[in-house]
Amino acid sequence: MVALFVRLRLTLMANSFKRSVWQLIGFILAALYAAGLVVMAVFGTVVGVRADPHITTDVVTIVGAVTVLAWWVVPLFAFGVDATLDPQRLVTYGVPRRSLLAGLTAAGLTSVPGFAMVALALGMALAWVREPATLLAALVGGALAVALCVVGSRAITTALAPLLESRRYREVLTIAAFVPIMLVGPAFAWGAARLEEGGSGLAEQIPALLEQVARMAGWTPLGAPWGLAGSVHDGEWLLALARLLIAGFALGLLWWLWDVSLARSLVSPPTAGAGKGRSKGLGWFDRTPATPAGAVAARALTYWFRDPRYSGSVAVIPLLPVVLLAVGGGSANEILLILAPLTAWILGYAISADISYDSSAFALHVATGVSGRDDRTGRVLAVGIPGLVVVAAFAAISLGVTGRWDLAPVVLGASLGALGVSLGVSSVTSARLLYPTPKPGDSPFKQPQGAAMATMISQGLGSLASMVVSLPYLALAIAALLTSSALLGWLTLGVGVVEGVAVMLLGIRWGARIFDRRGPELLQQVMSYA
Amino acid sequence: MSAQQPPPSGPPRLDPFAPPAPDALRPPRPVAGQPQGAPQPTAPPPPPDPNAAFSIRGLWKRFGDKTAVAGVDLDVPSGSFYGIVGPNGAGKTTMLSMATGLLRPDFGTVSIHGADFWSDPVAGKRRLGVLPDGVRLFDRLTGEQLITYAGLLRGMDRDVVAERTADLLRALDLAADAKTLVVDYSAGMTKKVALASALIHAPAILVLDEPFEAVDPVSAANIRDILASYVRSGGTVVVSSHVMDLVQRMCDHVAIIASGRILAAGTVDEVRAGASLEDRFVDLVGGRQSAEGLAWLRSS
Repeated sequence: MVALFVRLRLTLMANSFKRSVWQLIGFILAALYAAGLVVMAVFGTVVGVRADPHITTDVVTIVGAVTVLAWWVVPLFAFGVDATLDPQRLVTYGVPRRSLLAGLTAAGLTSVPGFAMVALALGMALAWVREPATLLAALVGGALAVALCVVGSRAITTALAPLLESRRYREVLTIAAFVPIMLVGPAFAWGAARLEEGGSGLAEQIPALLEQVARMAGWTPLGAPWGLAGSVHDGEWLLALARLLIAGFALGLLWWLWDVSLARSLVSPPTAGAGKGRSKGLGWFDRTPATPAGAVAARALTYWFRDPRYSGSVAVIPLLPVVLLAVGGGSANEILLILAPLTAWILGYAISADISYDSSAFALHVATGVSGRDDRTGRVLAVGIPGLVVVAAFAAISLGVTGRWDLAPVVLGASLGALGVSLGVSSVTSARLLYPTPKPGDSPFKQPQGAAMATMISQGLGSLASMVVSLPYLALAIAALLTSSALLGWLTLGVGVVEGVAVMLLGIRWGARIFDRRGPELLQQVMSYA
Repeated sequence: MSAQQPPPSGPPRLDPFAPPAPDALRPPRPVAGQPQGAPQPTAPPPPPDPNAAFSIRGLWKRFGDKTAVAGVDLDVPSGSFYGIVGPNGAGKTTMLSMATGLLRPDFGTVSIHGADFWSDPVAGKRRLGVLPDGVRLFDRLTGEQLITYAGLLRGMDRDVVAERTADLLRALDLAADAKTLVVDYSAGMTKKVALASALIHAPAILVLDEPFEAVDPVSAANIRDILASYVRSGGTVVVSSHVMDLVQRMCDHVAIIASGRILAAGTVDEVRAGASLEDRFVDLVGGRQSAEGLAWLRSS
């Protein structure tokens, strides 16, 4: 049964290559990337063990713990990314549960990350080849770690399946996922800044910090298997036993959890009943003007809040000041002044793939014969008006925190210019340069297959165009910053506003012309992505 | 997909709206003198009928090397209840998409009440209410919001939209779920809310692609009543279906389409010529297998 599952997994993989060459290229790239990481990690361990075994074991424990955590958590956010061998699809075949568990475990290992984990554990263990006892401990620890990864990820997704089947929970979870992703960079920046503030030299601080963190991680099931070799090397036999017990007990617990939840999921197929989305009244449709453009704006605004592919970017916006503050070292750094123009840019760019996001629901726009001008205007208004408020608020915040009110015209000019230009360019690209995007209801993290090239060309051309168009007010803004000339500042404001409005209106017009001429073709294109 | 393959001898079927079906029934009998991949009308078709709701002449559509619609001529009389029937992949959806402005034809004309559709699609679309098959809806809207959206997109007045939305929700038995997101609707409810979006502007012609799929019998009967009274008041309805029995009972005209061609068209009585519509359909389309094949499929 195990062999059958592995063969099924390999067949599924091979068939996906037959469907598209890009799949194969993506697979090869992923494999090369994973191989590179593994080689680097193993090399680092081998070298590190000779140089300083203590620091090396600490690093191995911490990195290992993070890897296991990633195995457990990532599948929750990236739902639908890998549904091959979903137990639900095997329900009707009546496979005995023991065989199913063993088969799914083996199949879980038969993947790029699975192979990489095995190679990593083996390679890192071989670093201890001169100490047989430690080598044995490292091999046992590595095997436990790999098993924890595979069993843990399956156990957690299966146990939480009833929750993940509910659209609501899944979407909330997805949006929540954006927060840690956004904060990874700033956390590092903050940590680095703290170390520098400590002042007493990095060389002494880091090992102490590492040891502290590794000690803690070693007591959790995440780090325990990775710390096994280190404790044996140090001759701390009690600690080694404790770590072995922790890892073994956790593995047993996860296996039991998986067994129980699999048994339950096999007899209770997914239901979509729980947590129906309801809404009072007509929402935005009551508040926007009763015109086709107003209706498009109301629809788009509703989606900004209800569709995770949009609301994910909304959730990111409030984090931007935090990120910039952290990058600036926590204090009132002038880098914060970029906040408002950057936000304007992100917001304007958010509608650059709007028709792809509609997917085949766009048929309604084609069937009703809504004019290109109404369609383009509605989508721009839905972002533009709230965007204006957010950008103004962010400009005020950044100016207030940095105390540089004298730069207000420059910041406002650059922000309004960026908002108008990016909205105008997006109005054209979303009608002309379509590329496949995550489909409605899919995870925003799930990039469609074979879309990389089209995405790169479209986004590249879009950013290039807006860069070129933005040159006048950007040049003025830079000149104003360098010379601290008030006149240049006010000029930036004037040029930014005029240019932003002009590019926006021209973009809407041009986009509308393309839309009117190519409506049915646009529909066929988005339908070919489905 | 390579372009090197020879042009298909039998007429192929490709349905851009339907999910990719691995293999549909291949019609066995090629019609004598059929054109091979390019339009070569043997006799000049009659000019479009200005009194017909739809008058379609020489309509062609190819996708790659597959011809989905191969020279369709069809007149849908004004005020008729017209059924389009055909096997899976016959080109029903492709033909209806081209007649309603969702897909640009390669060749041929579509006239609506005598006016050429594709030279002014916006004017044509105002007269049409369309229920396409196999497309998503804006499903993050509630049912009520979706119908309202369709009305407002048509440039209708807010009060009229509100009144008609309430009427439609009641008539289609969706009032209780008016505030539920369409993404949480069942398949039948989704079909009904899409139908409501097609009806909101009281079009002169309704084009419904598979309107009864997944709809429960009670709702289907309600929808049939709505459509029948709409036809009695002078409207034209075109429905596609592969439920022959339904079409025979409901429609007054019918066209049988297979592999992109019209095999028979006219009033239901003309087409079925004394037999049942289903027998006539199987007779024209062919492809029945004998049940001898699966000898091992016996419950003993």
